[in-house]
This record gives sequence, C-alpha cells and structure tokens, in this order.
Amino acid sequence: MKASSGQAFGYAAFLLVFTAIAAYTVANKTWWFPPLASVQGAEIDNLFMITLLLTGIVFIAVHVVLAYFVWRYRGRSERKAAYITHNTPFEVSAAATVALALVILVGGGTTLWTKIQSPPPSDAFTVEVWAEQFRWTFHYPGADGRMGNTDVKFISDENPYGLDPNDPYAKDDIFASEMHVPYGKPIAVILRSKDVLHSFFLPHFRMKMDVVPGMKTRLWFTPTQSGTFEIPCAELCGVGHYIMRGVLTIEPPAAFNEWLSQQTPVGMSQ
Amino acid sequence: METPNIAHAEAAVEAHHHEPQSFWTKYVFSQDHKVIAMQYMITALVMGFIGMVMSWLFRIQLAWPDHNLPFLRFLMPTNMESGTLQTPGYYMLVTMHGTIMIFFLLTAILTGGFGNFLIPLQVGARDMAFPFLNMLSYWFYFLSCVVVTISLFVSTGAASGGWTSYPPLSALAKATPGSGLGQDLWLVSIALFIVASTMGSLNYVTTALNMRAKGMTLMRMPLTVWGIIVAAVLGLFAFPALFAGAVLLLLDRHLGTSFFLPHLVLGGEHIVRDGGSPLLWQHLFWFLGHPEVYILILPAMGITSEILSNGARKPIFGYKVMVASLVAIAFLSFIVWGHHMFVSGMNPWLGFAFVITTLIIAIPSAIKTFNWLGTLWKGNIRFTTPMLYAIGFISTFVTGGLTGLFLGNSALDIPLHDTYFVVAHFHVVMGLSSVFGIFAGIYYWFPKMTGKMMSERWGKVHFWLTFIGSYGVFWTMHYLGFMGMPRRYYSYDSYQFLPPSMHTLQMIITISALIVGAAQFIFIVNFLGSWLRGKKAPDNPWQANSLEWQAPTPPPHGNWGPKLPEVHRWPYDYSVPGASADFVPQTVPVEVEPSGEHHSAAVAVNGHGHTNGHGNGHHA
Repeated sequence: MKASSGQAFGYAAFLLVFTAIAAYTVANKTWWFPPLASVQGAEIDNLFMITLLLTGIVFIAVHVVLAYFVWRYRGRSERKAAYITHNTPFEVSAAATVALALVILVGGGTTLWTKIQSPPPSDAFTVEVWAEQFRWTFHYPGADGRMGNTDVKFISDENPYGLDPNDPYAKDDIFASEMHVPYGKPIAVILRSKDVLHSFFLPHFRMKMDVVPGMKTRLWFTPTQSGTFEIPCAELCGVGHYIMRGVLTIEPPAAFNEWLSQQTPVGMSQ
Repeated sequence: METPNIAHAEAAVEAHHHEPQSFWTKYVFSQDHKVIAMQYMITALVMGFIGMVMSWLFRIQLAWPDHNLPFLRFLMPTNMESGTLQTPGYYMLVTMHGTIMIFFLLTAILTGGFGNFLIPLQVGARDMAFPFLNMLSYWFYFLSCVVVTISLFVSTGAASGGWTSYPPLSALAKATPGSGLGQDLWLVSIALFIVASTMGSLNYVTTALNMRAKGMTLMRMPLTVWGIIVAAVLGLFAFPALFAGAVLLLLDRHLGTSFFLPHLVLGGEHIVRDGGSPLLWQHLFWFLGHPEVYILILPAMGITSEILSNGARKPIFGYKVMVASLVAIAFLSFIVWGHHMFVSGMNPWLGFAFVITTLIIAIPSAIKTFNWLGTLWKGNIRFTTPMLYAIGFISTFVTGGLTGLFLGNSALDIPLHDTYFVVAHFHVVMGLSSVFGIFAGIYYWFPKMTGKMMSERWGKVHFWLTFIGSYGVFWTMHYLGFMGMPRRYYSYDSYQFLPPSMHTLQMIITISALIVGAAQFIFIVNFLGSWLRGKKAPDNPWQANSLEWQAPTPPPHGNWGPKLPEVHRWPYDYSVPGASADFVPQTVPVEVEPSGEHHSAAVAVNGHGHTNGHGNGHHA
C-alpha cells in the first residue's frame, strides 16, 4: 500500500499547513475589523475574542488530531484496525466540556445583548433615519427641539418624508442628506423605510439594524471617537443596493450646532 | 399497469414478473427506485453545473470589476452585451445561484438521489413503498427544474431579490428587475419542488420504517438511512411553511392582498396595503430555511459516517449516540430559525431563546465530530477517493460549524450579519460539507449504481483540487467578513472603510473558484467516461458490510433475485476480533463469524479489542 502513504502524508501536511495559515492570519489580524469607535463595539469585540479563542482551540485541536490520525493510522496490509465501538465516559465528558464552553458563550452573549437592546439612556441624541431606494435621509428637530411625527401615508411630492400636517412640532423640522451628531452623547437612531427592506450598518461602531417598511426599528450606541464614517446598506434593496452609501459625521457639539443651523428647515408647504 | 404497492416481503417472483420491458417504462417513466435515483442525480448535477457557472460570472465581476469579456455574451446576451456583467444580471445570478444550489442540486441529490438509491437497498426492500408516487416525485422535480430554467430567459429577467426572496422587493414588480414574471416563476418552481419533495419524503420514511428485511432492526440500519429519513421528516414538517409562504406571496403580488406588505411608497407611488408585515415572510421562510440546511447536512453526515467506517476498517464510533445526535439536531433545527432574524426588527427579547437553542446544537454536532475522529482512531485507513472526501467532510464541518458559534450569538451577529462572514460560514458548513458528502457518496456507490468503477487516479486529482480550492474560496471570505464587507454588492468601489487588500482577497477567491470549477470537469469526464467504458465493478469493491453490497451489480429490478436478504448483525462489523476477514457483511450469521454487536461495551471498556486488533506491534 505505497500509494496510501503518499495520500496520508499529503493529507496530513495540507491540514497542518492550512491550520497554520488560518491561525496565523487571524491571530496576526492581517485582515481585520475596521477601527473601533463605540463603547458597545468594544464589548462586542471582547466577546468576539473570547469566542475566537474557544473556537480557535477546537479548530486547531481537531485539525491537528485529524492530521495525526490520518498519518498514524494510514492503511498498511500488515496492520489490522482495532475493534472499538464506543466509549461512553469519553463521549459524556467531551459533551460536558462543550456544554461548559457554551455556558460561557451564552452567558456572555445574552448579557451583552440585553445591554445593547435596552432602551437608550435619557440623554441620548436621537436622529430619525429614512431609507429608500437608494439613499439615506436624516431627520432632525427644528428650533423647537422636538421632532415631528412622520407617517408613510402623508408622503407626497411636497412632503417627501411624510411629516404629519397636524403636528405643530413638525413645521420646522430638518431633513439632511448626511448624518451629523454631536460627540459626547449616546446616539439613538429610529429607522424608517419608505419602500423595501434596508439595513443601517455602521461597521466602525459594530452596529446594524434592518429598516423595515411599516415598522420603526431602533438602535443606539455610544461613540468613542469623532470623525467621519460610512453607512453601507446591508440588506439587499434592489439594483442600487451597493451604492446606497451614507455618511456619518461625529463632531464637537459646537461644530454640530453650526452644521445644523446651516440646514434649511423643510417644514410644511401649507 | 403495475400494482403500486407490491407486497415486498413475499413477492420476489411477482416482482420479476412485473419488470418493465419498454424503453419508456424502463428508463423514462420508470417506477424503479434505482432508475429514479439516477434521474434525480443526473438532473441535480446538471442544475448544479448551471449554478456553478453562474457563480463564476459574478465572481469575475467581484474580482475584476473592469473585466471586458465579450466572448461571454453568449451566456447572458442582455446582461453582458458590452462584455461586462451588468448590475441586474449580477443580482439575478447571485439569486439563482443560491436557489439552484440549495434546492435543485443539494436537496434533490441527497434525498431524491441517494435516498432513492440507498434506502431500499440498505434496508433490504425490493423497491420504495409507493413506486408510482416515487415516479411522480421525480417528474414534479423535473417540472420545477424546467420552470426555474425558463425563468432565466423571461424578458424582465430572473428573480433577483436573493435566494431568500424577502418582500417587499420580491412582492412588487417595480421594486427591482426580476421581480416580474421571473419572481412568479421562482415561486411556482419552489412550490412544485415542495410537492416533489413531499412525495419523495413520504416514500423514504415509509419504506425505511415498514419494509426492512428480516433482522434489520432500526438500530441495525446504516447511518446513511438514518440521516436521509431524519432529513425527510424535517422536509415533511418544514417545507409546508415555505409552500404557504409562496402561495401568500403570489396572492400579495397579484390579488392585492397584504400578508407581507404594509402601506409603502415605491418610486413616488403609494402602494396602499394595510396590516401586512415583511417579517412574516422571514418567519415562514426561515421556518423552512433553517431545517433546510439540516436537510442538506444530515444525509451527508450519514454518508460520511458510512464511508469513514468502511475506509478506516473500523466500526463507526458510538453508533447509538450518532443516531441520537442526528435526531437531536433535527429536533433543535425547528426552534432556531430566529437566529437569521436577530437584527431584522423582530422583538429583540425573542433573540434570547434563539441564542440558547442555536448554541445547544453545538453539543450534538461536537459529539458527532468526536465520533468521526474516534472512528479513525486506531483504524487502518484506505485512502480511496470516497474516503478522501469523507475525511474532508470532518474538516469542513468543523470549520463551518465553529463559525456558527459567532453568528448564533446575537450580539456577535450584529456586526457580522449580512457580511461575507455569513457567506463563508454557510458555504463551508452547508455547501462544502454536503458537497463533500455527495462526492464521497458518488465515488462510493457509483460501482453499485452503474456496474463500473470510477477512475481512482482522476478521482484523487478531482478531490485535491476541490478541497484546496474550496478553502481558498471560502476560508478567505471570512477575512472580508471581518472587514465588514456587506454581501450582495455589485461593486465596492464607493466605500473607503474597506482596505485595498480586499481586492487581493477577492482575486484569490475568484481564482480559487475558477480552479474548483475546472476540477468539476474532471469529475464530469470521469463520471461519464467510467460509466461508458470504466472497469467492470465487482459486487463489493470496498469490502463493505451493508446490504446493498450483497446485491448483484448493478442490482436487477426487485434488487435481490428470488430470495430477500436476511440480516444477522449491524453494518459496522469491521475488523472483528477472530473473524476471517476485516469485514463481516450483515447477511453473515453470527454462528459463522463472530460479531461485536452485542458485547461491544465490554470490548471497549476492557480493551481486549485493541490487543486482538494489533498483531504487529503497532500499538503506540
């Protein structure tokens, strides 16, 4: 059985080389996440690293063992396989070890999920985001400091984001094609869609939420950096999905207020 | 016409009497499970080939957005007119690639192909319980393939809303090109496919439960049969949800109902519906969609288990636990669908339950992995092509399964959802693993199906190119996922957050995909060439124990000649201490050769088996 040695060697070698390349490029962060920019993202990254460590150990261990077995137990005509049908203590302890690791992951995951999905802090700065094929529009309160109600049924050529004509707070609202927020506060986002599904994705903040017509979906996060960031759409929304790019600028409150004051209130055309 | 329900246990002579004579009843409208299996298999492979070519085209776009390949115009006259793939064409290709691969290749070949061929032969039946229904199942499948293929040629284009067909994109013709007649045909073809799958699944389960040969207890069934019938049960319970979804979506599209549509404004025009929710579709879709990935993986697990044991010349490690974990995975697969919807707008508190159920699946999956490794441990491994693929399955299943622990944990799913990390994950765990199971199975059972051996030399070349190339494609995609690269993008040029190195990765992926694709031509030539002029296969080329290898090659109509086989032992009596050969077929009585089936626990614990098994001082 000469051929089997060649195959066994090749197989073991490939598994080890693949595992080494995989482990090195991941540990070295050769191709990695975009720079982190939020408090919640740091916790997500933390849980990611714990998961990476646990799964990485299993990944490497299984492949090394597999490579060893493939080589060590390669077929030779003078050998005979052992007759072993099962080993209950081994299987129970292996399953228990896995279960224990899962407790860590589920515990960490659900705790973090609770934090992220809890209502935003009361001092959060809120922006309403409208998604449509294939652009983002950002809705801010006007001078009165309160955002007017919007509803799809009010949408018309003159009222493109459906401001409620009977809502007094709606009259001085502002719609902008870029998202600006003041640095130093948690940011809460209310997501609205005019037409199809979209998804509001902030890679640097590790945040994402689908935008669903007929529903208000929400997310909030606490930036740890100011700067300009991109908002790709992450849910297939049609042929222009890949160009549905938004821009988020996080800037000092003074700069933000100045930007806001330069925006023209759309108000109501009545 | 043949009686649909032959009384199989006694009707050997009758079965022969009923053997179809004309070309049409023998090869076309055949009710013989082996012919139907080949029909399913070949149709599925043809569909899979189409799906693969589609992936080349969109991979070329992703690696070389500036490509100019006018010679490809013949493939897509309207969408590659200029020699460059156009955006609508790109979205049609990704949508139809997913649809074809998941339903028309993988589901069809694993249950329709392997299920049909193996269940009667491995449980010792003469045919399926309902041969006429079985034939009807294939022809409904064939019809669904025809409809989905026609949809590629309609003037408004094929469906392009993703294989998940989320409304409103898939509900309104104006929402996207392809959401016209193409989407209707997509829905009709899926509905037809579900009809076919249901008729098939009823047959597989009934046959395995009711038509086993004497002595073939449930716990003596090969794991292949277990994997396939558990998958069939999944299909019976899960597919109706998508059938209902498809009908409701057709109603929303054409009769103005509002199951999935709220009031919305599309391109400035009010579409006045009330009360519907796009999330309802997602629930219905994933209620099928998640069990569906197990419909693909469980039969592949069964095939892998079977071949690993045979190739290692060793009993499968922990048979009962293997059966139990198949059933456990199947049960859990029904209560995890919400992990596809963590950031869909579904009530986030629902996410808790789905995190827990999803991660629990890791336990039976890990047990199966340990048992496959346990099967190789102290084996005497023969590196046949089926065995190379079966070992590869362990690697891909572990690699892809582990990334599921990231995505199944809702907090980690937030940044990773809808990125290339997801694409990498499901291709490795559900695409590659089941494809590896399928290739292992084809190389392994081809001799029994056709009476010819496939070329081992070309089989190995095919394996190595496929294995290395597939990791080149799908391992690399994880990195793009880390970078936050969203999936289903025609081009990434307008984004600065993606580092320039992503172009290199995209090229590595596409080049690997083209290599893997080219390797499949080797497979096709080997498959067809061996069938036509391959070496004649002996009855039991792999020296295997299960019943199909005790039948003549290829098995005649009715499978067993005049006398049905009788089963005396489990199918994993390899290297039994004291036996004259390193395999003892299930039909050999225990008085003739010893069996480890009943006293195996003692052997395992006190280790006598090892000493007997290692005559030549190879004991470590």
